Amino acid sequence: MKSGSRLEKILSTGQFAVTGECGPPRGADPDAIRKKAAHLKGMVDAVNVTDNQTAVVRMSSLAACLLLLQEGLEPNLQMVVRDRNRIALQSDILGAYALGIRNMLCLSGDHQKFGDHPSAKNVFDLDSMQFIQMVRKMRDEGKFLNGQDIDSPPKMFIGAAANPFADPADFRAVRLGKKVAAGVDFIQTQCIYNLDRFERFMQQVRDMGLDEKVYILGGVTPMKSVGMANYMKKQVPGMDVPDEIINRLKGVPKQDQAKEGIAICVETIQRLKEMKGISGIHIMAIEWEQRVPEIVETAGLLPRPSVD
Amino acid sequence: MVVAESKPINEILAMIQPYKKILVAGCKGCVTVCNAGGTKEVEILASEIRIACKKEGQVAEVTEITLERQCDPEYMDQLAEVIKDQEAVLSIACSVGPQYIAGRFKDKIVFPGLNTTFIGGSIEHGVFAEFCQACGACVIHHFGGLCPIARCSKSLLNGPCGGSAEGKCEIGNDVDCIWQLIYDRLKGLGQLDQLTQIIPCKDWSTSRDGGPRKTIREDLKL
Repeated sequence: MKSGSRLEKILSTGQFAVTGECGPPRGADPDAIRKKAAHLKGMVDAVNVTDNQTAVVRMSSLAACLLLLQEGLEPNLQMVVRDRNRIALQSDILGAYALGIRNMLCLSGDHQKFGDHPSAKNVFDLDSMQFIQMVRKMRDEGKFLNGQDIDSPPKMFIGAAANPFADPADFRAVRLGKKVAAGVDFIQTQCIYNLDRFERFMQQVRDMGLDEKVYILGGVTPMKSVGMANYMKKQVPGMDVPDEIINRLKGVPKQDQAKEGIAICVETIQRLKEMKGISGIHIMAIEWEQRVPEIVETAGLLPRPSVD
Repeated sequence: MVVAESKPINEILAMIQPYKKILVAGCKGCVTVCNAGGTKEVEILASEIRIACKKEGQVAEVTEITLERQCDPEYMDQLAEVIKDQEAVLSIACSVGPQYIAGRFKDKIVFPGLNTTFIGGSIEHGVFAEFCQACGACVIHHFGGLCPIARCSKSLLNGPCGGSAEGKCEIGNDVDCIWQLIYDRLKGLGQLDQLTQIIPCKDWSTSRDGGPRKTIREDLKL
């Protein structure tokens, strides 16, 4: 075992993993996290905690991870290189491990131009690839990035993201291969709506043998409405929402669109479950954690396995 | 070259408002090339200031000069005479210029008339773009001769990120994704294998992160 996390144990024993997501509040109320935790408990194996996603200030990911731990959930600490240099990243990793966090996701992060503080100075000392390398070095060599020994190295299960739908299309699997070479243990993908395109990506991934070297969790986000689908299609760069999805949502009365969105999500999960090279599902129900139990149950993903 | 652009005239007028004797100082270097601070721009700006003052019923004495360069101590001598009668200097060189003037003439107030924007070049008439961030350790040969430090919004050395769509950057459709351009160029050169190598983290100590920088050329020192 690299980290001994629950997520690692499930994936390494060949069981289909389910991860969820919890966006911290734009305030200091711990109950906001506890409420989300209650919806996700027993429904997923680990919960990603986003790190100031879309560059909007929120409760720190590390603090929210600790609140999840206290509620009996296993957190997956998302960290972006937008806001922290190598000193702060390493420091936070040591702190996270000391608090009991065992999974992390190494990300570059959305540019602050989108966020609520567009006048901020950014960091980008490392990129996500170099970030993965650094966390692996800390774990496997017990050394800081500068080569100095760490007294008690943090043993993280190292995750990263992959967006099969960004450009250049032919390079996406190659870039995933670079993350594998950098030392990533698991991958969570961007939200999948275009399954045919995702299947082509996975074919390339399998041809390169990458699915044998890394656990790939397919990302899904249930659509709440046709408005949300249109927004994601038009406003979110690197997101591929086919017209077919929009038309399905449009084809039902407004009050049934959420139900239809969940049905689409469940169908996607079912196809992903059958897809060679997919080791699990990452459900990003954005501000909709209360619907996760319904999704995992309908998709036949319950009960979640217990681990020692 | 160093690219700069004029500050809004109202901002300039507000800065210089307390002063009645003003020297507008241009530069024949980079800012002449990017049409922001040469002889012609000095003339225009001086006229604008005179007209604005007249409108307000104020009398301002505006003098014009354009130096060979404002980033060289020897050319500062050209200011020595004319600056004597001035209260303030409005430099429309890049921001090096006003700092040289401030360093040399202790009793003169100095204002920047330009915003210095970046190291770059013109890409079409009237359009300038950033090409270099002066990191102090050039690595563009790893990227087909294109710089992701200056030209990727996240300065990724192992891009592109997941926000690259149809050749554009996630921050806006008016920004090219340099990683798409790097990919296309290396593909054209038959060198895509270069992009399978992980570029290790960069030593930023040669960049501004290492503190203010200085280049010492022993071969040129007197």
